[in-house]
Amino acid sequence: MALYSRSGRPKPQSGGFELAAWYFMRLSGVALFVLALIHFSLQHFLFDPSQETATWIFNQRWNSLFWRGFDWLLLMMVVLHAFLGMRTVTMDYLKGGTRTFALTALYLVGTVVFVMGTIVVMSVPLTLGK
Amino acid sequence: MLLRYRGSEGMVAWAFHRISGIAIWLFVLLHVLDIYLAGGNPNVYDDILKFYASTPGRIMEVLLGGALFYHALNGLRVMAMDFWPRLTAYHKQIWYANWVIFVVVGLPGAFIIIRPVLGL
Repeated sequence: MALYSRSGRPKPQSGGFELAAWYFMRLSGVALFVLALIHFSLQHFLFDPSQETATWIFNQRWNSLFWRGFDWLLLMMVVLHAFLGMRTVTMDYLKGGTRTFALTALYLVGTVVFVMGTIVVMSVPLTLGK
Repeated sequence: MLLRYRGSEGMVAWAFHRISGIAIWLFVLLHVLDIYLAGGNPNVYDDILKFYASTPGRIMEVLLGGALFYHALNGLRVMAMDFWPRLTAYHKQIWYANWVIFVVVGLPGAFIIIRPVLGL
């Protein structure tokens, strides 16, 4: 029953969607600690942006169901975590019609980003060395 | 005011968490657009990639990595205190421990990203 949190958002006492969102931020946060940091390490420490061309992505990096699934899971978690976080920020600073407008725009952008990422991760042919 | 409101480490930790979160969100928008182009228009993607591999691109990647790593470490700190409230008594100490991890792991990481610029 943490009514007071030193740096995070206090746990909502209302239950329902707010409480579910609060738990989901923490659950996706743990997932992202692993997924996002591995993704960043792969792209910047193990490989280097100078070699990561579109051809390299399709023939090497994404020529594996595991890594495509990994990156898609990362996309799903980051979209939900980032947009719930931006929702909290929006509701902290905006009120009334401006808030409604900003939240609608936020959800629209979130949906578009998720659809675009899903299309590209699923539509590129998988050759698997053939 | 951003830093003086509640004062001390807890407030700064919160402000940095919010700022780094918004920055990462902006990069995610850019990154989904660029990776979408890798499938839709590979030539344009490869041009964007040349920017990522340039000197300003690499400096921005170090900043992105810093924002990501701070947000990740502080996020664990927040969660630890949410689920074990007794830890809030040590919130400053955990925050300083985070900075030690941030520097010890982050400096070699920043060096790897920036190395090609230095010609090493």
